[in-house]
Amino acid sequence: MVDFLLAPLQYEFMQRGMVSAVLVGIVCAVVGTYVVLRGMAFFGDALAHTILPGIALGYLISGGSRDMLFWWALGTAIIAALGIGAISKNAEIREDTSIGVIFAGMFALGIALISTVKSYAVDLTHFLFGDVLSVSPQSLWLILIFGGLVLLAVFAFYKEFMTLSFDPILAATLRLPVGFLNNLLLTLIAVTVAVSLQTVGVALMVAMLVTPAATAYLLTNRLSAMMLLAAVFASFSGVIGLYLSFYLSIASGAAIVLTATALFAFAFGWKKLRQKYY
Amino acid sequence: MYPHSHHETTQPILDVQHLTVRYNGRVALEDVSFHLHEGERVAVVGPNGAGKSTLFKVVSGVMQPITGEVNIYGSRPHGHVCIGYIPQRSQVDWNFPVTVADVVMMGRSAKLGPLNFPHKRDWEQVNHALETVDISNLSTRQIGQLSGGQQQRMFIARALAQEAELMLMDEPLTGLDSPSQEGILDLLDRLQKENVTVMVATHDLDQASSHFDRIMLLNHRIVSFGKPAYVMQTENLIKAYGGRLRSTEDGNIVTVDDCCDEEHG
Repeated sequence: MVDFLLAPLQYEFMQRGMVSAVLVGIVCAVVGTYVVLRGMAFFGDALAHTILPGIALGYLISGGSRDMLFWWALGTAIIAALGIGAISKNAEIREDTSIGVIFAGMFALGIALISTVKSYAVDLTHFLFGDVLSVSPQSLWLILIFGGLVLLAVFAFYKEFMTLSFDPILAATLRLPVGFLNNLLLTLIAVTVAVSLQTVGVALMVAMLVTPAATAYLLTNRLSAMMLLAAVFASFSGVIGLYLSFYLSIASGAAIVLTATALFAFAFGWKKLRQKYY
Repeated sequence: MYPHSHHETTQPILDVQHLTVRYNGRVALEDVSFHLHEGERVAVVGPNGAGKSTLFKVVSGVMQPITGEVNIYGSRPHGHVCIGYIPQRSQVDWNFPVTVADVVMMGRSAKLGPLNFPHKRDWEQVNHALETVDISNLSTRQIGQLSGGQQQRMFIARALAQEAELMLMDEPLTGLDSPSQEGILDLLDRLQKENVTVMVATHDLDQASSHFDRIMLLNHRIVSFGKPAYVMQTENLIKAYGGRLRSTEDGNIVTVDDCCDEEHG
């Protein structure tokens, strides 16, 4: 059994993969708490897809190198997040409609750009589904630093974000800087998306943002506990997912997300049973 | 980051002059002028869509008027943190993962300032507010587990923790059973002893007459504003409600739409 657990960790890429999966899981789970409570799942999904043309452009400009991609992803994510935030204030078109239009258009642009490269299929797969086992030491540092900044901001503005999410009118009458806080939250989600890109990829990002937080929401009545539990579920999913990936030879991002989904299903079933019999 | 305006106490706590507001292209309020005295209890009565919620939003500084002005102790509302807005219960997410104490603590956010976490003094203030509204025993409950009356008390406690001097309550009695309504009305008496000025939007003309110092009859414009006996005359009511009035067997006049808890604008 010990061998079974230790064998994958002989490889350095597995060690880095484990660490990055856990870090990304924690950041996604904590930020995802607000994504779930504020009903922003569609926004999160759209945002992740919208950065594809940015990554593609960076990829083409740097001639196929993946080292600079984090910065391209970060820049595009922040612009896209604040852009979607501004457009959704437009009252003429429903918010989900305008997000849908932009998200699909940008995603198509990204695919078009990548399809000009010969190794099209491989690269696209990498961006769409991530490859946690290819995380370089430099990338790991970036994940640590930017993920740490996101967590710090969520901690520092804990009471402000909680008040604003629960009761925007109260936040306004308390004269909290509502516009600044809304944009800050969008930016934090954007940074989280950029940080998670290599681990889970564009297509599965929303699962990391939503699933662990949703699982925690089933089991607790307090915001701080929800964040903590979500982080635990996400880290657990990261580790278990990578072992599954190693032993069953399945894609790492998919394995992590499937583990998180299984946890959600257990929690949901447990809650339903408890409601029925107690 | 968080403004705190000075209180010019020679000025009225609330002074509204020639207020006109449009909401989604329709006139919500037209040329509304009035002022309140400190510690006063005022009921705002009018049909659905008369502009009661809009009035509260403009007074609290959440919404901007097209013309006219609102002054709180001599300056515009957006600098004041002394205005407590108590939302309609139907507009709250009762599944939000917070306890009663968490919600009441939210009222302290402005006084705490950015990057500060609650101190012992803030928790004392929260506990005191919960005691004032008689729900100390519920402080660790998730908010969805409260009854309607308890939910309303929690929001009043939040406004107390905020140290609100002017409380705007949007239909706090709607949907409550009569003992809970009586409890909230008793609480309003207690607030008056603490010199809190209260504006309450309500559909219940009887309660407005029996529990408030003055009544504002609103239908986009102020139809009548004054002591209950002065305002509650049939001709005023007909002006405000039009055909939506009927008299009950015991001689009271009730509004036909006083069963509804939805008001938009």
